[in-house]
Amino acid sequence: MSFIKKITRRSFIKKAILTIVSLELVYVFINLLKKGETKNKPNLYAAGEVELFEKGQLYPFSTERFYLYRLKDGGFLALSTTCTHLGCTVQYKSKENKFLCPCHASAFDKTGNVLAPPATRALDILPITIDNGVIMVDISNPVKRAKHNSSQITYA
Amino acid sequence: MNNTGTQKAITRLLLHLHPKKIDVQAIKYTRTFGLGGIAALLFVLLFITGLLLRFVYVPSEKEAYNSIVYLQNDVLFGQLLRNMHYWCGMMLVIVSFLHVIRVFYSQSIYFERRKNWLYGLLIMFLVIMSNFTGYLLPWDQLSFWAVTIMTNMLSYIPIIGDGLASLVRGGSEVNEGTLLRFYHFHTGLLPILMVFIMSIHFWLVRKTKGVTVADPSKKEMVNTNPELIYKEIVVALSLILLLILFSMAVDGPLLGKANPLESPNPSKAPWYFMGFQELLLHMHPGFGIFIVPVLVTVFLIYIPYFKNIEVNVGTWFNSKSGKQVVLWSTIYAIIFTFALVIGTEYIFKFQAWLPDIPVLITTGLFPLIIYIVPTYGFIYLVKNKLQANRVELIMGLVTILLTAYLVMTAIGSLMRGEGMHLFV
Repeated sequence: MSFIKKITRRSFIKKAILTIVSLELVYVFINLLKKGETKNKPNLYAAGEVELFEKGQLYPFSTERFYLYRLKDGGFLALSTTCTHLGCTVQYKSKENKFLCPCHASAFDKTGNVLAPPATRALDILPITIDNGVIMVDISNPVKRAKHNSSQITYA
Repeated sequence: MNNTGTQKAITRLLLHLHPKKIDVQAIKYTRTFGLGGIAALLFVLLFITGLLLRFVYVPSEKEAYNSIVYLQNDVLFGQLLRNMHYWCGMMLVIVSFLHVIRVFYSQSIYFERRKNWLYGLLIMFLVIMSNFTGYLLPWDQLSFWAVTIMTNMLSYIPIIGDGLASLVRGGSEVNEGTLLRFYHFHTGLLPILMVFIMSIHFWLVRKTKGVTVADPSKKEMVNTNPELIYKEIVVALSLILLLILFSMAVDGPLLGKANPLESPNPSKAPWYFMGFQELLLHMHPGFGIFIVPVLVTVFLIYIPYFKNIEVNVGTWFNSKSGKQVVLWSTIYAIIFTFALVIGTEYIFKFQAWLPDIPVLITTGLFPLIIYIVPTYGFIYLVKNKLQANRVELIMGLVTILLTAYLVMTAIGSLMRGEGMHLFV
């Protein structure tokens, strides 16, 4: 290993100092960029009273960027409209009975499962709590999931 | 009027960039097509127009779009100024790319020029980053969704992806913080870095005694001033004239104000990233956005360090057989890439056929293998049929990679319509 022989005590100390200083600068810069990130506190949105929603129906809340789906058994599911592929906004097409992404043609069914690639994960869900019969949706903390399963449904 | 004094001053100033006398072969226009110089000129034009744009532009979510509309409608020559900046930026991407392939195919990246190849690649990267950060600034539907798509692509990089994407955006989605951050990258950090690295780039060109020539033994030296300087002035003035005429005729695009609630259909990344977006339609993002680009970048960096190669410095495509190799590689890549795009669009549905195997393998590894195996076969064939040596095979491989990217860019930007369907 010829390059090891070249390292003298002097050059080692020089290089070590230079490395540490550069790493320090990179660290400081990255922390500067992190400034904008704030911990997402729960941001609860009152969607409405439980009785308002009919079973088997899908309700759009486009300004809050989610769909509230009441399953046939009465459970609730809040689906984020952000496509899991590259972040475009999906739209529900009632004719075709599925969510379609305009950017890369990914499709999802009513529970958020992938019907057509390139998306590889089901649509994110937003945590639902039910407070005095009112459905509260936490719109700041989407939950990632691979596939839909029944444990993700909230019951009144 | 002291004309000789002015003359002297100009000559001496320019001689910081050029030697006093220069080889006739080196200043023949078709030797380099003046691409490096054109790129430098475009950088200067971008610098000037950018400085002027800063007086009107307001980097905030509320005001950014309005300030662009104000610039276009109410400022004298505002639209022209924006168009100039826009088209110079787009042209800089193209010219830098042509410059990279010019030095590659004329073998000007080996031995003492190795280091400059690396600086060149770095500048190419900075050019694309500058263009991309500038893309967001008008804050219209086009730029907003292009940046949303691009930054989400980053999140597919294993382990650090999510952190990196939110570091770039300053949050979980593109918002005012992202705009401000891109603005400062675009108008502060990136230009300064580029000036710095470009200086090194130019200095290294001087240090390696200028551009490569095919036959260094046939030297015929002439005075740089006027022989080279006049050529440079003619090229620069024609370019500026063309750019102004083009900017008068064609406006830079501006759609409606950015609306995070509604993605336009179709939403596309900036055109120079369309190759990636197309690749993503056919390949798992872990491969399309991480493994493949990293492999290609490492390969590009490593090219001048290959051992046992017979380089013909300064000769286009190395030799006659090299020309053949490049030609056949181009034809092969156009046909094969096109066929594979259509194949994976309509015929191969590995994910549906084999639902139990992880998607990383069905949509990632399988398409990669489908591409690599025939390409390996093709390279093997070329090696035997055309008696190609190592340098020529490397050229063939680079040609295939570049052509494939260009084909995907063309398909993605021109042939995909609503819902990103092919041929709509």
